[in-house]
Amino acid sequence: MKNIWIIYRKELKSYFASPIAYLLMAFFALIFGFGFFTATRDFVRFGFMSQMQGRNMPMNVNEQVIRPLLGFASTVALFVIPLITMRLFAGEKRQGTIELLMTSPVGDWEIIIGKWLGAMYLYLCVLAMSALNIALLFGFGKPDWKPILIGYLGLLLQGGTLLAIGEFISTLTKHEIIAAAVTFFVCLLLWLLSWFSAFDNSGYGSVVNYLSIVTHFEGFAKGVLDSKDVIFYLSMIFFGLFITSRSMESWRWRA
Amino acid sequence: MIKVQGLTKRYARTVAVDNISFEVEKGQIIGFLGPNGAGKTTTMRVLTCFLPPTSGSATVAGFDVMEQPFEVKKRIGYLPESPPVYPEMEVVEYLTFVGRLKGISGADVARRVNEVTERCAIGDVRYKLIGKLSKGYRQRVGLAQAIIHNPDVLVLDEPTAGLDPKQIIETRELIKHLAGDHTIILSTHILSEVEHSCQGVVIINQGKLVATDSVENLTNRLRGAEAVALEIESANGPLNQADVQQRLEQVSGVSRVLPRDGKDGRLMFEVESLQGQHIRGDLARAVVGAGWNLNEMRSVGLSLEEIFLQLTASEKGKQ
Repeated sequence: MKNIWIIYRKELKSYFASPIAYLLMAFFALIFGFGFFTATRDFVRFGFMSQMQGRNMPMNVNEQVIRPLLGFASTVALFVIPLITMRLFAGEKRQGTIELLMTSPVGDWEIIIGKWLGAMYLYLCVLAMSALNIALLFGFGKPDWKPILIGYLGLLLQGGTLLAIGEFISTLTKHEIIAAAVTFFVCLLLWLLSWFSAFDNSGYGSVVNYLSIVTHFEGFAKGVLDSKDVIFYLSMIFFGLFITSRSMESWRWRA
Repeated sequence: MIKVQGLTKRYARTVAVDNISFEVEKGQIIGFLGPNGAGKTTTMRVLTCFLPPTSGSATVAGFDVMEQPFEVKKRIGYLPESPPVYPEMEVVEYLTFVGRLKGISGADVARRVNEVTERCAIGDVRYKLIGKLSKGYRQRVGLAQAIIHNPDVLVLDEPTAGLDPKQIIETRELIKHLAGDHTIILSTHILSEVEHSCQGVVIINQGKLVATDSVENLTNRLRGAEAVALEIESANGPLNQADVQQRLEQVSGVSRVLPRDGKDGRLMFEVESLQGQHIRGDLARAVVGAGWNLNEMRSVGLSLEEIFLQLTASEKGKQ
């Protein structure tokens, strides 16, 4: 346990001592802010229009602003995650510091989880940029906070899954660029899987659909907490970290 | 302290280390010697539990590297070929991280960090980013990192590689000071380093053990023969090198005569004796008796370099 904490602290130090953390936070804030601006502007405009036409359409901030924004955040996260995970192991290999970690009395699992938690923390900081926007809504309206919380839980779980997969990919190379590129394509692929099976109702299609990262997020975005989806994400996180440990082990034997 | 038995490490296509056995006593400094690619780093990586051996065993302080890697890792300090430092960290910060990673308790870390920064003479850069340090300082930070948890065994992979001459001397001094408290294995392909700082030497070549002995024994064993450098000048008229060489070879006890570059009509030779023969008196008489001037005669010891070449060459011969 103590070792996980030590590794985790070191990862935070590495992220926040380099510009990468601030860059990611800034760019995410910018892009999400743009999305937020567009969504609220359209919402307000739509509200005026329905009033002018004398029809009182039911308006809902949660449904019309927050839900699409959370979906937007989950898509933007696909681009952010490769940049967070690329250096986890690739950087250690390039610098030779992996020899320090692996010759210290620390278990592989402790290294993997410590690093994953560090990556999660940065991801959380990036997401926090979006929370600033959402918080504004509470100043001007009364959105229901429970679905928002569930939505963020979904973002966290989805991010955790992709971070675990990215961490695994980072063990395969010592070039950060390659790790980032491969992680990006794998994230993209997991995302696209839902398109692939949109009109395919065969058993094969439903399996592919099940593996898609985004299909499991839809429930969270709606504010529905489904244990099936939570279990999917948790088992994917475990799987990602597990293959990371296998990769480390095989690397030990081959290298 | 360290016991290696029948250690073999095979990669996909190559055998990096082939059936090596040696032992190191507590408090000794052992030089691990071999040309590039001999398998030095691989052996060290096995000792530090970085790589598992294919077959054979290695124990450090009584713990097997395969069975109890955690116990071994606690007792070993390792400086790989390039120091494993994080450029984005400050020196103190980095050493604190390593100290805690090696299991030093929170209260003791600061004290240990102070001790090792003093010992490795990096006090003046304690708050600098490691990325900004010169190669010599970075090497010393690497060394500080290896001794922070006061390990029984220190494994140093080419600790002086890439340093300037002054830094090499400083690093050697530092390593010498560390001996006694620690058992040290250091690898190098520079032989003078072994002569300077080691008590024992393990020579490997192409993954195979060539020799293992104390430095003194090894030099003596191969130095049973005497080597003498001669400078000869003619008293009158030019001298024929072949004639002189022939004359020298006739002296009893001489095993071979090697001509060296001479200048201004003076001839230089290096003469090696047979085992246990003293040839200097006879040589001098022979030269003077032939009517030549003997300008200089001095004994040249076989350096480790030559020993090393002889050993590895004879290995090749056997194959």
